[in-house]
Amino acid sequence: MKFTFSWLKDHLDTASSLGDIVEKLSLIGLEVESVTDRGADLAAFKTCRVKQAVQHPNADRLRVCLVETCEGDVQVVCGAPNARTGLVGIFAPAGTWIPGTEVMLKAGEIRGEASNGMLVSEREMGLSDEHDGIIELPADTPLGLPIAEAMGFDDPIIEIGITPNRGDCLGVRGIARDLAAAGLGQLKPLQIKREAGSGPSPVRWAIAEGAAVSCVAGRGFRGVKNGASPRWLQDRLRAVGLRPVSALVDVTNYISLDLGRPLHVFDGDRLRSDCLTWRVATPGESFRALDDRDYTLDDTMTVACDGQGVVGLGGVMGGADSGCQDDTTIAFLEVALFDPVSIAMTGRKTGIHSDARYRFERGVDPDSLSWGLDIATRMILDLCGGEASEVVMAGSPPDHQRSVTLRPARLFELCGVELAATDQANILRQLGFGVEDKDGLLAVAVPSWRSDVELEACLVEEVLRIHGFDKIPEVSLPSPSSLPQVALTREQRRVSTIRTALCWQGLNEAVTFSFVSAVQAAFFGPVPETLTVVNPISADLDTMRPSLLPTLLAAVARNRDRGAANHAIFEVGPQYKGDKPADQQEVAAGLRAGHFVGPHWDQGTRVVDVFDVKADALAALQAVGTPIENLHVFTTTPEYYHPGRSGVLGLGPKNALAFFGELHPRASGAAGIKGPVLAFEVFFEQVPFPKGKKTTKPALELSAFQAFTRDFAFVVDAQTPAQQLLRALKGADKSLISDVLLFDVYQGDGVAVGKKSLAVTVTIQPHARTLTEDDIAALSQRIIQQAMKSGAVLRH
Amino acid sequence: MDNLDQLQADILQRVSASKTLEDLDVVRIQVLGKKGELTALMKQLGGLDAQTRRERGQKLNLVKQAITVALEQRKSVLEDAALTARLKAESVDVSLPARPRTVGLRHPISQTMEELVAIFGEMGFSVAQGPHIEDDFHNFTALNIPPEHPARQEFDTFYMPEKADGTRPVLRTHTSPVQIRTMMTTRPPLRIIAPGRTFRADHDATHSPMFHQIEGLVIDEKTNMGHLKGTLIDFCRAYFGVEDLPVRFRPSFFPFTEPSAEVDIGCTRTNGQLKIGAGDDWLEILGSGMVHPRVLAACGLDPEKYQGFAFGMGVERIAMLKYGIPDLRTFYDSDLRWMKHYGFVPLEMPSMVRGL
Repeated sequence: MKFTFSWLKDHLDTASSLGDIVEKLSLIGLEVESVTDRGADLAAFKTCRVKQAVQHPNADRLRVCLVETCEGDVQVVCGAPNARTGLVGIFAPAGTWIPGTEVMLKAGEIRGEASNGMLVSEREMGLSDEHDGIIELPADTPLGLPIAEAMGFDDPIIEIGITPNRGDCLGVRGIARDLAAAGLGQLKPLQIKREAGSGPSPVRWAIAEGAAVSCVAGRGFRGVKNGASPRWLQDRLRAVGLRPVSALVDVTNYISLDLGRPLHVFDGDRLRSDCLTWRVATPGESFRALDDRDYTLDDTMTVACDGQGVVGLGGVMGGADSGCQDDTTIAFLEVALFDPVSIAMTGRKTGIHSDARYRFERGVDPDSLSWGLDIATRMILDLCGGEASEVVMAGSPPDHQRSVTLRPARLFELCGVELAATDQANILRQLGFGVEDKDGLLAVAVPSWRSDVELEACLVEEVLRIHGFDKIPEVSLPSPSSLPQVALTREQRRVSTIRTALCWQGLNEAVTFSFVSAVQAAFFGPVPETLTVVNPISADLDTMRPSLLPTLLAAVARNRDRGAANHAIFEVGPQYKGDKPADQQEVAAGLRAGHFVGPHWDQGTRVVDVFDVKADALAALQAVGTPIENLHVFTTTPEYYHPGRSGVLGLGPKNALAFFGELHPRASGAAGIKGPVLAFEVFFEQVPFPKGKKTTKPALELSAFQAFTRDFAFVVDAQTPAQQLLRALKGADKSLISDVLLFDVYQGDGVAVGKKSLAVTVTIQPHARTLTEDDIAALSQRIIQQAMKSGAVLRH
Repeated sequence: MDNLDQLQADILQRVSASKTLEDLDVVRIQVLGKKGELTALMKQLGGLDAQTRRERGQKLNLVKQAITVALEQRKSVLEDAALTARLKAESVDVSLPARPRTVGLRHPISQTMEELVAIFGEMGFSVAQGPHIEDDFHNFTALNIPPEHPARQEFDTFYMPEKADGTRPVLRTHTSPVQIRTMMTTRPPLRIIAPGRTFRADHDATHSPMFHQIEGLVIDEKTNMGHLKGTLIDFCRAYFGVEDLPVRFRPSFFPFTEPSAEVDIGCTRTNGQLKIGAGDDWLEILGSGMVHPRVLAACGLDPEKYQGFAFGMGVERIAMLKYGIPDLRTFYDSDLRWMKHYGFVPLEMPSMVRGL
């Protein structure tokens, strides 16, 4: 909502400065977005008078002018056809920046005559495209007046953001009313005089069943003379960004901006019947609006029709063919009340953003049906002459009378602010509410223009915002105990922990979108239709992701395109398997590609492989308290993993806690990545919490006897997982064997084809006594026996 | 007699002339070994008379003592030299790069959320969460946003396919539905914050289709707008680490609060640089208000008995302000260079008692 300072003063009798008003506006809920002082940039350009203009001796089209300025007389060479003796114009001294032509003006000679400045055109001042001649002002204009003052645009423009509830402030008068209530002046009375009119209206109204019009008024005007509206009106419209059209159209726009009352004027001669009917549009019906675009309508929209077709889309935009033209002599004025919901829907469907829609969908004062007609009538007669007809109406104005009770104590209870009931009542009265004190309760009559005020809390807000939010005390929240309570659930805490653990694995944290393209998503499992976004911003983002991997893959691809060779990223975030709350799961997932190590002078280089991401998955699981020594590895990974280079970590075959491995080349290839990409996904929400809340750890039992190690090598089938042998060895003597480490895997000379050799170090920890050679020999035998049971043979 | 002095001088000269520990040992054996020169002289003592033997023995002992001392000293010198030589030979180029140990960095959004938890946690708030795919009731209707309210248009909602019963799930446009879920399932008093992902169909330099918000909610029988003001001032000053940060409350409108307030913090803008702190300008950072009686009623709470406040703010926005990150879109781009520049070393969780 834009308006100028002087426009505001039409409604507000105030001595306050612009600065005070701007500050107050924001503090009462009318947020100032900008203040533009158009005069400030042009302050160097002032009025002058051409004392004498004579023909340039060396150029036919130039004149040498002696210009009288407030700084003294100056000689200027000027090429404008209207440069003549006695002209009052605008002088640009040498050394000033000319905004319209973007040049720094220098003193100099033009064809041998000194020129120490310039007489400027509107275009050179950046005011308009006018460049037929230099600016001419009335002869009695004082000398030395700044251009903005002399030409009437020294009026600062204020732009405020209006919240959706304040339809009443979509007119300058509503803003003035709020400022007056806030103590920055007096609201001037609005001059309303009913023009009786004479003779029947050329057009009458009808409202058909189902139309979203509660009431409509109108009247005809005979013998009007349309054409350009007066300068002051054009200046105001231009100042707020509207293009002046013609007096009749400008009147409707002006009243919409000034009083928040949208209007429409038809050209009476262009209507094809003497009755305009509001009705529900026929589905598929077409309509050419004032913006010269065609719109296809449906049966949720309300239109005005003459005998032959649609002439207006109710409350949104008038028709192209029935609007006023410069030659209009018979005008018909429309003042209507529309259902805000219907207007909002029609506006949304057609995509039309008009000033009328903006106001009607936020609620227009129902009383404006009457005063809007009167004020518009007066203004049309004043600007266009002619004669007004009698008033025609259809429908009945809605009953907006509403009373809300305010308990004065509520202000303190809800806001902590103490203010006497009489002061509260006064604020409401200033805002136009009717207030009656009934045994300490305030019976508040809501004015017609405040459809947003429905409840007691709304009145509390009204009182508070005018009284001032700065009067609210600052009270810190009382603490229920002297120590802070736990803020995170144990599930939430896991998210932080796992994030930290993965950072320490050397992975950088990413945050990627929850949606991906349907094509990308499909690589990571079937996606139910319920996860397709109906109105995505692009097809790339139309599906809720079934896994974190596709968005992370896209991130790796982007980094690769930027030249990055090594990738190590992770995300802790949601994946979706359906549209129900329980279908959303938090997962920690990561990708690695390129080198894990190096190049390094000592360590060389090593490309990432499955055991790097296995370590990542284990680190994440360990961070959330998984007993990782109890984890089994399965090879039942989903199809988007490499079938031979991926695994599942779980406490049992049914409960997968993590996937890790190389991605299937088709899945990574689809993201545009050629080489291998290693991935892990940790389903940490599935990790069981330890039972109980015990904080004590079991007692530390230190053996008095030294531990020692024995090495063994076993031959197993090449296909046998090493996990099988390691578990068997640990089970050979659970009390004596404290650890089994696999230190070599060998295939080749000395090992039969189809077999592999696994070399292990077994750590033996005696508890009761030092073991004898015989004890150790017996234990070794048990170890070898146990290995044989698992299909392994001691290698000799 | 003279020949003993001569011998001593000769041996001492040989000791000092030896260049290595091995040479020295050769000298020691030549002199003091079983067949050594001095040992031979000692052996001859037995053939002398007692008087002569005593005198010569004493002299020989003196010579032996001098030689032993010289041998020890020379040995020590040669050992030092040998050690020095060994260490010199063992030297490496210590300017070579160390073995790499990479640590990844935490994303600014995670960091900021942890900071928010740390601050509000101290004020007695706990963290609540809700689903991203929401129903119309929780995202709109219960929040006093009826279907055709103009405010709905400002949300640019993403819709999911219509269900058999005609309802249409949405991607939550704000974290406010968590308020509703909390009020419907937990009896007051309530103090929660709800950080999380939110979605709006908008994409340009200052909007992303996905972003993060944090919601706050306090419901009990006494909490009023003074507490709202105190809480948010406490928060702003703690978060930005500016003790005298000016905080301004302005009336505004949100369908789910009444009265509603927007909150500005003080700042200065010079040459395009923004500085948070007491200054000549204001910067809007969050929306807040007293929970609307209709919202309370929609959650089954009696507005005559219960009251409280709610607030919401953009996590990216406050992260950008605090950490000087210029562009919203870069948050989700996962550019490794950006992550390494703006990320946080995962050494400490943000904490009020340790310092944010």
